[in-house]
Amino acid sequence: MENYRIDPKKGLEFGLYTLGDHLPDPTTGDRISAEQRINEIIELAKLADQAGIDFFSVGESHQEFFATQAHAVVLSAIAQATKNIKIASSSTIISTSDPVRVYENFATIDLISNGRAEIVAGRASRVGLFDLLGYDIRDYEELFEEKFDLLRKINEEEVVNWSGHYRAPLKDAKVLPRPKNGFLPIWRAVGGTPASAIKAGYAGVPMFMAHLGGPVSVFKRTIDAYREAAQQGGHNPDELPVATAGFFYAAESSQQALRDMYPHINEGMKRTNGRGFPKQHFAQGVDPHNVMNIGTPQEIIEKILYQHEQYGHQRYIAQIDFGGMPFEKVAKNIEIIGTEILPAIKKYTAKK
Amino acid sequence: MKIVALSGSIVGSKTKTAMDYTVKTFSDNYPDAEVTLIDLAEYEVQFSDGRNYLDYEGDTKYVTQTLMEADAIVIGTPIFQASIPATLKNIFDLLPEKAFLDKVVSIIVTAGSAKHYLIAEQQLKPILAYMKAQIVQTYVFIEERDFYRKEITNDDVKLRIDRLVEDTAVLTETYAKIREAKEEEYGF
Repeated sequence: MENYRIDPKKGLEFGLYTLGDHLPDPTTGDRISAEQRINEIIELAKLADQAGIDFFSVGESHQEFFATQAHAVVLSAIAQATKNIKIASSSTIISTSDPVRVYENFATIDLISNGRAEIVAGRASRVGLFDLLGYDIRDYEELFEEKFDLLRKINEEEVVNWSGHYRAPLKDAKVLPRPKNGFLPIWRAVGGTPASAIKAGYAGVPMFMAHLGGPVSVFKRTIDAYREAAQQGGHNPDELPVATAGFFYAAESSQQALRDMYPHINEGMKRTNGRGFPKQHFAQGVDPHNVMNIGTPQEIIEKILYQHEQYGHQRYIAQIDFGGMPFEKVAKNIEIIGTEILPAIKKYTAKK
Repeated sequence: MKIVALSGSIVGSKTKTAMDYTVKTFSDNYPDAEVTLIDLAEYEVQFSDGRNYLDYEGDTKYVTQTLMEADAIVIGTPIFQASIPATLKNIFDLLPEKAFLDKVVSIIVTAGSAKHYLIAEQQLKPILAYMKAQIVQTYVFIEERDFYRKEITNDDVKLRIDRLVEDTAVLTETYAKIREAKEEEYGF
């Protein structure tokens, strides 16, 4: 775990992630400017850092209703604006990027941030960026696998010799600068189904698993499959961190939390994914065994502890700001996390 | 109420003829409903490659988006090789997994032989159920002999389509009310 800068003695890590979506607030219909949205994301990272939150990440999406296409640039601003919080992508679409450039960017962010940068590499759920950046959608899977392998090789070897299908070969290449401690934590983003989790496990790569809603038990199967595949691939699952990521919202009652959050999720998903979030499914989100961490601070603490007991994961990442959620409400949630939720989570999950 | 009538084949005239009659009946009996006919013969729809439907362009995007915005869909399909045509299956493949959640879907089948009567029951309905449609259980099955040169000549077929249109409208209106009442109960 040290390789990944995770100290299990300190208990479950708690983080925040944003996809960098840029959507209207459905309660008013108004949308802030991209400029304001990007600056608010940097501001949220600062608030999270001050609240003692462990991790903050920003995603890359190349279609309408998103503002952080250049997520590494935003992360570099966050690196300078914060002191202790770990910073990462969620995720970097490695399939349509050059792994050399990605590594250069994140190694630089690591140096700016005094060794706090990480990379989460994913495959993209929408595919407009293939056209935009000049890739063929038919290579969707192979582009990811090949480039992800190269990214990891650059991380592990100072002098790289490599050849593949989708990029010019590297001969005795040095990819510089090197990160502060010579190595970056690199995670594989997984969408919740076992297929991709098994690939991550088999390769011995840390898994960053996103989930929308549904019972904890379903996602436990994915985590179990990941660890089993790791074992089969000759890796020690105890050495491989698992992170889970999903919707989060705390309010004075669970009903209030549902009321505050639902329009943002439903309208936001309609625009970014083409389908809303059924109210019936959202209402089930408050169930103690549902992965959505929505409710009162106390209910959320109990949910996260239950998830930790089931998953044995090292990090939980909350998404609060989706769908034009007003800045004040996200800030209020960060405050609740810092004062009520985080201390309880740490208290019960830290190893004595 | 947004209704889409989908004529699911790019060849032949029977399904299109039945769908023209269906659209006319809808427009005559429900003047407030917004009825759109999508005749696949008039569009260049590409094969599904698994991407989100919003990422398609041109006709493919128009067809998928129009279906996703509908409250009810009347599917008209011929039977080819004892199954639904590939053009119709492709439409299902282009859409998301639960695309028909909260949508009413009804079926009109045109076939060359009465032997094909159960194909909608055994092949089309399971797809619609998987995609979470509220299915109008009774469908209209029309044979070759019910047409003469792009006209429906069997009055019984017309009456059955009239009833299917009414059932589709009633179920759509009722289902919307039930859902509204239920969502009201959630209190958020």
